[in-house]
Amino acid sequence: MIVKVKLFATLRKYLPGVELGKSLDIQLESGTSIAQLYDVLGIPAEEIKLAYVNGIFCEMDTELKDGDEIGIFPPIGGGSY
Amino acid sequence: MWVLRINMSDQSYKLEELPEKYKLLYGRALTSQMVYDEVPPLCHALGLNNKLVFSAGVVTGTAAPTSARVSVGGKSPLTGGIKEANAGTAWGPDLAKMRVRALVVEGLPEKKDVYWGAKVKWDDEAGKPDVEFFDATEHIGKDVYEVYPQIFEKFGEKVSIASMGTAGELGYGNSGVVFNDMARRPSRYAGRGGLGAVMASKRLKFIILDAKGAPGIDMVDKSLFDEGRKKLIDAIRSHPISQPKGGLNSYGTAVLINILNEAGGLPTRNFSAGRFEGAAKTSGEAIFETNKERMGKEIYNHACSPGCIIQCSNTYYNEDQTEATSCIEYESTWALGANLGVDNLDDIATMVQLCNAYGLDTIETGGTLGVAMEGGLLEFGDSKGAIQMIHEMGKGTAVGRTLGGGTEVTGKIYGVKRVPAVKGQGMPAYEPRAVKGIGITYATTTMGADHTAGYTIAPEILGVSGKLDPLSPEGKAALSRAFQATTAFIDSCGHCLFIAFPILDIATGFEGMIQECNGVLGTNWNADDIVAYGAETLKVERKFNEAAGIGKEADRIPEFMKIEPLPPHNQIFDIPDEALDSVFEDL
Repeated sequence: MIVKVKLFATLRKYLPGVELGKSLDIQLESGTSIAQLYDVLGIPAEEIKLAYVNGIFCEMDTELKDGDEIGIFPPIGGGSY
Repeated sequence: MWVLRINMSDQSYKLEELPEKYKLLYGRALTSQMVYDEVPPLCHALGLNNKLVFSAGVVTGTAAPTSARVSVGGKSPLTGGIKEANAGTAWGPDLAKMRVRALVVEGLPEKKDVYWGAKVKWDDEAGKPDVEFFDATEHIGKDVYEVYPQIFEKFGEKVSIASMGTAGELGYGNSGVVFNDMARRPSRYAGRGGLGAVMASKRLKFIILDAKGAPGIDMVDKSLFDEGRKKLIDAIRSHPISQPKGGLNSYGTAVLINILNEAGGLPTRNFSAGRFEGAAKTSGEAIFETNKERMGKEIYNHACSPGCIIQCSNTYYNEDQTEATSCIEYESTWALGANLGVDNLDDIATMVQLCNAYGLDTIETGGTLGVAMEGGLLEFGDSKGAIQMIHEMGKGTAVGRTLGGGTEVTGKIYGVKRVPAVKGQGMPAYEPRAVKGIGITYATTTMGADHTAGYTIAPEILGVSGKLDPLSPEGKAALSRAFQATTAFIDSCGHCLFIAFPILDIATGFEGMIQECNGVLGTNWNADDIVAYGAETLKVERKFNEAAGIGKEADRIPEFMKIEPLPPHNQIFDIPDEALDSVFEDL
């Protein structure tokens, strides 16, 4: 299956060359979880805070489906002012 | 400790001992209490009986980290209710170091065409502050970026300056009170609710503070303060959001654009969608990467005020390496970007700079222009047209004055049904239909739609202090209530609200903040006490609003959000009125 992955903020270095806001198609075996996707991308778990899949927050053990769009974020905050 | 009263009816001042009942009140707690005690709720916000109250926080002026906030309070010309807006600036510590707990601007001069400046300086011999007035009329109608260097030149680089721009002079509901940042830019705004117009109505153009020789902050228990301070510093420096080269220091507050967009909660084209196809181009990452490309190196953010160790304030540079503006906040790049269908960062930077130069609130300006675009004044995406409209606002043309009235006024004038405002104040950068808790805060806060009043985004979107489902209404009234009460305390203690990110996750940081306050005040507060302190402030604000005719019927989200599903999640705002009412009923 193919999923579309976007990395943000300090995680951008793990997909070098991908334009900001654009996703990269990643081929995965069916049944791959979000945590396993992190391994495929080579991102250390401690650098990741959370992921939104198709606009919905999902836990790490969520199994991905073909065509899923995943946005992955480090810990971020702001926007109070 | 004193209350310094500046009477603009005759340009006189009075220094009063701080009344015992205000002994533990600082910042927002004090500005709101004094507005409640002294301002008739039904007075005209730009009239004789309104007052403008400035107060710094408990630890402002000490060595506590990230603590240079000052609150400004009064009756709001935008909402008709009570208002507290705060900013990070050296002005706050300077006021605190002169031991002025509250600076109150009152009265109204008969002559309308003369503006004044008031210089407050420490008189070493007398052991108290004194005030001199000077004619400031020559500085009216000008860009504040032109005016500030002249004032610094006249009074010295060590002073700090509060002022307002032409938006205030024109009496707009959209006008802020401005303070200088560390580089003496007039860019730190207590922006929301039209307090710039209140200051201008009193014909006071500047309040200049010269704290040289002032005694500083007196503490009851310095070692307890130091213990708390160290804990808080450790929490800020070890949390990934607030640590050096962490999210805020690298990307600024605009780092939130992409996550709100992914979550479907980034209001787009006047709150008609929750995602913007051009969002990434307007984000903190885009600011960082554009700067890197243009300046040939990575540029990290700076402190807006003395003693800040988070340092989230960015500078955005032009192609020719000159400064375009400082700072592009999340709310600003959203208001003037996604909300207008604009993805051109250079144009957004121009608009931010113009808002600062004219004394406009970026959030209210973006909200207003979004409604005006929907009403047909401009096409969505027309950034050059939007820039022109901000000029019209600043210069006070007929259309500019219309827009200066704010989001709700503009909606009425242009016959628009989709008007994102509560209590007359335009909504900030989070969609209530996609993030239910923040919608409850918008609806119920005494301030009119205001995200800072109860920032439930932390758990709902960012996973700070646990992770909650933003689309679910469950438990969100209680969540908003708890955040609103705690925030009212943080707004009073003098720390920047951004310490919330580390202290919500790191218990010792939270403890440290309380110990700092106990050290200064000699109190014995615990976590429950500070929530109770904040709750008292909310109750006072609520009483003012009710007496001003703003009761629970005003604690509602605009109708369109209850009937128009918002893509991509196709959700409406489904919080029942009873849940909204419970925020204050159960306080």
